Amino acid sequence: MRLTCPLCGERDRREFYYYGSEDYLNRPAPDAAPQAWDDYLHNRDNPAGVTRDLWYHDMGCSSWLVVTRNTVTHDILAVEAVADRKGGAA
Amino acid sequence: MRYSGLKVITEGLFGNKGWKPAWRDPAPKAEYDAIIIGGGGHGLSTAYYLAKNHGLTNIAVLEKGYLGSGNIGRNTTIVRANYFLQGNSEFYSHSMKLWEGLEIDLNYNVMHSQRGLINLFHSDGQRDAFVRRGNSMINQGDDAILLDREGVREMLPYLDFEQTRFPIYGGLYHPRGGTARHDAVAWGYARAADKRGVDLIQNCEVTGVDIENGRVTGVQTTRGAIKARKVGIVVAGRSSQVAAMAGMRLPIESHILQAFVTEGLKPVIDHVVSFGMGHFYISQSDKGGLVFGGDLDFYASYASRGNLPMVEHVMEAGMTLMPMIGRAKVLRSWGGIMDMSPDGSPIIDKTHVDGLFIDCGWNYGGFKAVPASGWCMAHLMATGESHPVAARFKLNRFATGHILDEEGTGSQHNLH
Ligand SMILES: Cc1cc2nc3c(=O)[nH]c(=O)nc-3n(C[C@H](O)[C@H](O)[C@H](O)COP(=O)(O)OP(=O)(O)OC[C@H]3O[C@@H](n4cnc5c(N)ncnc54)[C@H](O)[C@@H]3O)c2cc1C
Ligand SMILES: [Zn+2]
Repeated sequence: MRLTCPLCGERDRREFYYYGSEDYLNRPAPDAAPQAWDDYLHNRDNPAGVTRDLWYHDMGCSSWLVVTRNTVTHDILAVEAVADRKGGAA
Repeated sequence: MRYSGLKVITEGLFGNKGWKPAWRDPAPKAEYDAIIIGGGGHGLSTAYYLAKNHGLTNIAVLEKGYLGSGNIGRNTTIVRANYFLQGNSEFYSHSMKLWEGLEIDLNYNVMHSQRGLINLFHSDGQRDAFVRRGNSMINQGDDAILLDREGVREMLPYLDFEQTRFPIYGGLYHPRGGTARHDAVAWGYARAADKRGVDLIQNCEVTGVDIENGRVTGVQTTRGAIKARKVGIVVAGRSSQVAAMAGMRLPIESHILQAFVTEGLKPVIDHVVSFGMGHFYISQSDKGGLVFGGDLDFYASYASRGNLPMVEHVMEAGMTLMPMIGRAKVLRSWGGIMDMSPDGSPIIDKTHVDGLFIDCGWNYGGFKAVPASGWCMAHLMATGESHPVAARFKLNRFATGHILDEEGTGSQHNLH
């Protein structure tokens, strides 16, 4: 499995740290209901198919990345930097 | 048909013509008292104990493939009761006791072998942690013996004790730990459940869960609709998909775990050896193959195969620990889909739907749990109450903060 970092180009999976679902980008407001925090921290769609998750280019440029990929085939469909997303950094 | 030594001899004398299929292949009925979704180890043991302990025999196990086609036939077969936390330790202790009587109970040879498990440690801090774990195991009524370096050397002379990165300081020895033949566990439970009248229905994928007024009424399957007032979801790596059919979003992320086996060799590794610092563990199967594995690949996946970085890592760790295995040829590697919970502990609980129950979150350690999980899930489905040894495996424990983080690594799916 290889990921194409927007800054560094195509790199081996070993250079990246997997963090988890892109749910982690949608942090609830501090005063949100406990259910919103439980959903954010623990509950997952966990799809068999296309998913979007967060990876960190640990041994490269230190960017946080949102990777769109297929959990059944391991195909990587898109990689974008979190910082480039609308709304800016997480 | 009861299996026995005498039966083997008489069948041998008369051309082995008297053997019958170990279970029936019934068509699904229109309605059952209870349905178990998933014919893996946990689903089959749940059905067996529902019939045996609770007298519920008008029940069916629905399996989308063939019995034992999931993780029950893909794991590295380690059975142990060396848990530390209250909540886990009484559960695995109960499971170990069931393992010890399982073959007689099922009238099936599951090749349970209590060859002993040794967890190595490599620093003073790690030794202290293992002393605590060992004491907790003894308090639970199980067995643990602290070995110093010479004690380990006596049992496992083939390890590389001098390695500079992780010098071996000793090990925690759990004599009752060991292995069992994984397929035989599925087959033994299947045969014993069938014998008590349970319908085992293969090639029957559940595609929907029927709910009326907050109560489960049955399931939709590729072999038609089937009614039941009680339904148990016991589908391991596929838990999120089946729970979604009932409108649930689980605290589960599915990950891939790989394993490896070499060509058959003469007996060389007599125990189960685990090298936590290198993320490597190994045992030798009764056929002679060295069976070993390491960590998850560490990204969400539903592919029943892993990637090469973890293959390389596991081989390196094995060579670091026991260079003697370097000449053995690896025959096969494979992967299984693990239902990872945030804290690494399982869930056996009711759901928000009346009559719908769930058993999941087994991570990479659900083989040893097969007997107790079935026992406790059957208890829950039959009585509506959690069994005392599984009382902390609650679905909402992440929301309430009652997590069971056995490894102390944190409450996040990718940390276990
Ligand atoms: C490589 C590897 C090594 C492991 N090593 C160990 C070990 O050494 N010790 C240990 O204790 N544990 C180990 N485990 C973990 C253990 O194998 C699992 O936790 C356990 O087998 C999971 O429970 P199960 O047997 O019920 O799962 P499975 O056998 O996966 O059963 C689930 C069943 O549900 C079926 N299903 C799914 N969806 C549907 C549907 N919609 N309709 C109908 N049926 C459906 C599947 O086809 C499957 O047969 C290991 C796992 C792997 C992959
Ligand atoms: Zn980069």
